Amino acid sequence: MSFVAQNLACQRADQLIFEDVSFSLSPGEAVWVKGRNGAGKSSLLRICARLLAPLRGQAAWHGEDIFKDYDGYIGDYHYLGHLDALKYALTVRENIDFWAEFHGIPDVASALDQFDLQALSDIPTGMLSQGQKKRTNLARLTASSAKLWILDEPLSALDLHYIALFKERLIRHLAEGGMALFATHQDLELEQVKILDLDDWAS
Amino acid sequence: MAIDLHKYANPKRFLAITGAIYPWSVGLTVVLLLVGLYLSLFVAPPDYQQGDTVRIMFVHVPAAWMALMIYTMMAISSAVGLIWKHPVADLTAKASAPIGACFTFLALVTGSLWGQPMWGTFWVWDARLTSMLILLFLYLGYMAIWESFDDPVKAAKAAAILALVGVINIPIIRFSVDWWNTLHQPASVATMDGPKIHSTILIPLLVMGLAYTAFFVMVLIIRVKAEILKRRLRVLQIAELRES
Amino acid sequence: MNRFLRLIGRDVRLAFRQGSAMTLGLSFFVIVVVLFPLGVGPELAVLARIGPGVLWVAALLACLLTLDRMFQADYEDGSLDLLMTGSLPTEILVLAKVIAHWLTSVLPLIVIAPLLGMSLNLPGDGILALTAALLIGTPTLSLIGAVGAALTMGMRRGGVLLSLLVLPLYIPVLIFGVAAVDASMAQLSATPHLLLLGGASLGALVVGPLAAAAALRLSLS
Repeated sequence: MSFVAQNLACQRADQLIFEDVSFSLSPGEAVWVKGRNGAGKSSLLRICARLLAPLRGQAAWHGEDIFKDYDGYIGDYHYLGHLDALKYALTVRENIDFWAEFHGIPDVASALDQFDLQALSDIPTGMLSQGQKKRTNLARLTASSAKLWILDEPLSALDLHYIALFKERLIRHLAEGGMALFATHQDLELEQVKILDLDDWAS
Repeated sequence: MAIDLHKYANPKRFLAITGAIYPWSVGLTVVLLLVGLYLSLFVAPPDYQQGDTVRIMFVHVPAAWMALMIYTMMAISSAVGLIWKHPVADLTAKASAPIGACFTFLALVTGSLWGQPMWGTFWVWDARLTSMLILLFLYLGYMAIWESFDDPVKAAKAAAILALVGVINIPIIRFSVDWWNTLHQPASVATMDGPKIHSTILIPLLVMGLAYTAFFVMVLIIRVKAEILKRRLRVLQIAELRES
Repeated sequence: MNRFLRLIGRDVRLAFRQGSAMTLGLSFFVIVVVLFPLGVGPELAVLARIGPGVLWVAALLACLLTLDRMFQADYEDGSLDLLMTGSLPTEILVLAKVIAHWLTSVLPLIVIAPLLGMSLNLPGDGILALTAALLIGTPTLSLIGAVGAALTMGMRRGGVLLSLLVLPLYIPVLIFGVAAVDASMAQLSATPHLLLLGGASLGALVVGPLAAAAALRLSLS
């Protein structure tokens, strides 16, 4: 099981953002995408989540091209953007329930537990603080059975305690054979992480 | 990226072919337009009912043909752009829209000029005029969506989707408007179905239609070239910005 | 299938919980219809004559008003990203959103339309035909509208563009919808018009999700 990206290039509005970006992920590995603002961190993650078509290049999951309608990739990855994707009129539990069922993995209770959300679970998410929303968002991630986590700025608005908690959860995910592709401004200080600096590729 | 930009920056084959066609299209436009106008204004007989007013038809009917033909062509070239990702096809569709809108507008104006003596008013909700008016809105929507995206690649795809949905709808709209018109038609009013086609009328109509087509090809070539230059300029500006 | 239903369920629940989503379109519909007697005078014969057209035009506009929220809300909060990376094909996703839009924004209009029809002095036959025509014809509005909503998603002032794109395409529905009511009021059969409306809805069922899914992928990228 692996994720291999080769020679990815991205173009936005006639501008070449990056090209020839290659990296690979095997079970237990994490890639930290770095780069200045506008270097294309988000675009790269969106390409890997199949939300954006690359200008050139391939990416393969289990050796199958993910851009060619490869269904085996669905459900094996979970994308978390910097928007919180929460419906403020629904409660924490309803939000997570919906997504757990939508992605076909109903392990809601333990996910709520992991991020101390049991007490908040019947409160509409619109009433939560930024940090609490972020925790709900991360709980949704851990409630999924995805092997590959694609995370865009997962730590913004989290306080130190939950950053540590998230890091612990991430390390457990990796130890269980998961993979992660993430973009953060701050260093997570993971022991084993491959660094992908988009500034090196900037053209 | 370099390769893709070169398609815009240097579409040699396209420029070579259009360069060869262009002088012919100019010549044909001038000759056909002169002949067509002479035939329709001096040779064609006045209508026994409509008198000389019928001559407006020689300007109006081919314009309406062109309006429909250009939209169809636009949809075909959008499909080519969408399926084979050929950038010149997208630019052709984009460049033809304003020309088509002008022909539609011409058909509307000449239609209402014809209507004034015939109906005693500049506008009657005649089936054909109404269809033309709706077509004008379709053109305007198509042009508006091109302007609404910052990214020309995205704009091209969005416009192509719209053109294709539009072209599927045109026959349905046409049918529904005809239906609506027959339901509400007061019997006495003359319709724009026009005179019975007779060869003295058909020939000038066809010549005018060909003249319009030549004119369309001529303007289209100029416009597509301008679009290509615009894209090239944009790419150069972006490159310059990046370097500074 | 389960996911499909869950998505529709979520959207309906959201619409109920927020309330305003449903009542806004409905109030708009009622106000537009009420403006007409004030504009053309309270003469009953005139109102009965223009009634079907007024109700259909108002329904078209009310539907248009709610269209731009079809994808916009999910786009703004990032939910659409997650929906698109799920196992539901985008075309089916669009269909679920369309059904949810129709249930929450269009169905309430159809429920209240007979009442407004009575206020415009439509006879019983006419009201029956109106309800049938709305039920059969309005799915087209949501389906075609989805294409426009997906194309204009994320745009500043997308709503204005949306109306320019979508309203010309609504004309056949308007014509056949009004014709159905007129026919039944003239003691003729409304069936041919209803069949045409049904045909339009079936056609839109094929074209709408396909085109809207393409537009959605595009707008999201």
